[in-house]
Amino acid sequence: MQQLNQVCFRTLHFDQPWTLENYRKVGGYKVLEQILGDKTRQEDIIEQIKNSALRGRGGAGFPTGLKWSFMPRKMPGAKYIVCNSDEGEPGTCKDRDIMRYNPHQLIEGMIIAGYTIGAEAGYNYIRGEFYEPIERFEQALVEAREAGYLGKNILGSGFNFELHTHPGAGAYICGEETALLESLEGKKGQPRYKPPFPAGYGLYGRPTTINNTETLASVPVILQHGADWFHELGTPNNGGQKIFCMTGHVNKPGNYEVPLGMPFAELLELAGGVREGHQLKAVIPGGSSTPVVPADVMMQTEMSYDGIGKAGSMLGAGSVIVMDDSTCMVKALERIAYFYYEESCGQCTPCREGTGWLYRVINRIENGQGQQEDLDRLIDVAENINGNTICALGDAAAAPVISFIKHFREEFQYHIDHGCCMVEQDEPQGLRQYG
Amino acid sequence: MTEMQLTGPREQLFTADIRQRLDSWIAKYPPGQAQSAVIPALHILQEHHDGWLSKPLMQALAVYLDMAEISVYEVATFYTMYELEPTGRHKINLCTNISCQLCGSEKIASHLQRKLGIGFGETTSDGKFTLREVECLGACVGAPMLLLDKQYHEHLTPAKVDAILDGVK
Repeated sequence: MQQLNQVCFRTLHFDQPWTLENYRKVGGYKVLEQILGDKTRQEDIIEQIKNSALRGRGGAGFPTGLKWSFMPRKMPGAKYIVCNSDEGEPGTCKDRDIMRYNPHQLIEGMIIAGYTIGAEAGYNYIRGEFYEPIERFEQALVEAREAGYLGKNILGSGFNFELHTHPGAGAYICGEETALLESLEGKKGQPRYKPPFPAGYGLYGRPTTINNTETLASVPVILQHGADWFHELGTPNNGGQKIFCMTGHVNKPGNYEVPLGMPFAELLELAGGVREGHQLKAVIPGGSSTPVVPADVMMQTEMSYDGIGKAGSMLGAGSVIVMDDSTCMVKALERIAYFYYEESCGQCTPCREGTGWLYRVINRIENGQGQQEDLDRLIDVAENINGNTICALGDAAAAPVISFIKHFREEFQYHIDHGCCMVEQDEPQGLRQYG
Repeated sequence: MTEMQLTGPREQLFTADIRQRLDSWIAKYPPGQAQSAVIPALHILQEHHDGWLSKPLMQALAVYLDMAEISVYEVATFYTMYELEPTGRHKINLCTNISCQLCGSEKIASHLQRKLGIGFGETTSDGKFTLREVECLGACVGAPMLLLDKQYHEHLTPAKVDAILDGVK
C-alpha cells in the first residue's frame, strides 16, 4: 500500500510537527523561495495546479487551478486570498489538525496562492471555538514573519504579502464562501447572491479567491514534487491524497490521509473496522450534508470525488460518518435535521421555514407521533427547499432527508406504524426536543 | 475586573489596554474597514466583562469602530459565541451532533445535567457553570466532546467528565 500522510500531514512524524524548523526538514518554504527567486510566471503555477487535478477539499470539489485562473490577476488595486478554516460541517475535523500540526504549510500555500493570483493580503478565517488552532497558527505567523516570508519585499523579490488570522464567532453558515466574506467585513454571515462571484466582487468588493485550508496546504507539496507526482497519488481527475475524518462507530476514529481512490473497505480497516459485535449499516461519506449510502453499496465504493459520486453521494469534505446496526436512522436524521434548522441564517424563506418543518415532522415521527402522510410530506418539503435558496445550506438540509427516506423508508414507516423504533436501543428512549 | 469607561470621547473608551488590543485588530484591515474588527472586538469585550455583552458595551463599541449601533447588535445576536445576558463563570458546551451522538453524547448529556442539577441553557445556582448544547465543534474524531471555556475535552466518559468538573476552581 502507498505510504500515508504524504501531503498535509507530512510533518506528523515529528515530536513537534508544527515548528518552522521541522517544516524546513520536509522541504518547507523551498518552493516559495524558488518561485520568488526565479520570478516564476503566475500562469505556470496555475498550469501546474491544474495538471495536479487538485480539487477543493472544503466540500464542493471545484478544480483549484481553474478557480485561480478566474482571478483578474493583472488588474491593479487590492486583491485577496482568503482561507476558509470555518470548519463546521458535522463529521469534519481535518482543518483543525492541519492548523495544529502543520500550520507553516498552510502559510506557505497562502503566500504562493497570493503571489499567483496577484494578491498582497490574505486572511485565514478560523472558527472562533478553535482556540488552540488559532494560537498555533498565530505562533507560526510570527515565525514566518521573523524568517522574512511575510511583509514588504519578501526575500528581496519585490513581492509584498501580509497574512492575518480572523476569528469567527459561532455560525455554520460562515463556511459558505460569501457568508464568510460578509463575516470578514464585520457583518452577520448571510450569503450573497451569485453572480457576481468572489473572483470579480469579493472581500470589500475586490477580486478574491477563497480556498479551503486543506486545499491551500496541499499547494506547496504539489509544487515541490510536481503535478504528476501528486496526480498519481490519486486517480485520474481525483489527484492526490486526501484526509478522511473517520468518525462514529469505528474502533479507531481518526483523521487518515490516504490516496484518493482507496476502496472504502480498506479505509474502514485502517480505522479499526466497525465496533465489535456489530455490522455496518450505512455511511455518510462526506459530512452531514451529503446523501447517506447503505452498507452494501459503500463497501463497493472508491473514496474519490468520482467514486462516491457514482455511489449516489458526494465526497464533500471527506467526513466519513460510520453507522452500525445499532443506529436508529430516524433518530440520526432527526439530529441532522435539527442542525440545519438551528444553523439556517434565515435569509431565504424556503430554508428558514422548511428546515423547521423538516425537523418538527421528523421529531414527531421519532417520538411516536408520526402520521401516515409524513414521509411524503417530508419529501415534498425537502424538494421545495432544494434549489430554491441563495446558498447550498438549503440543499444540504434536503439531501439527508431525501436519501435517508429513500434507503431506509421501512424504518421510518415502522416508527409511524408502531410508535417505536425497530432497532433495539441501549437506553429507553424518552421524549426529546432539541433547542 | 478593571472598570471600563463606556461613554465619552472615543479615545477614552474601555481601558488603555483594551484600546490597544482593539487597535491592533483594526490595523489588520484596510483603511476605512474598521468594522471588520467587530467580531474579534466583541470577543475581547465579552472576556473583560464577566463573559457577556451588555447594551452599553456594544454602544461604546459602535462608537469606537464607527459603526451603526444596530450593526453591532446584528452581529452580537447572529453568532452563538456571544452572550447577551450574564452567565456562569465557566461555560460548558456539549456537542450532541451526529458523530458525538453515535458515540454516546446523550449519556454524557444526562450525566452532566444530573451532576450539575441543571438543564441545557441553565446556570448552576452558585453561578459557577452554564451548560449548553451546541452544534458540531469540529473535533468529531474525539467524540463525544465538550468545550469548557477555551479548552476542548474529547473521548468523554462520565468518569472523565467528573474529573474535568472537579478540576475547575
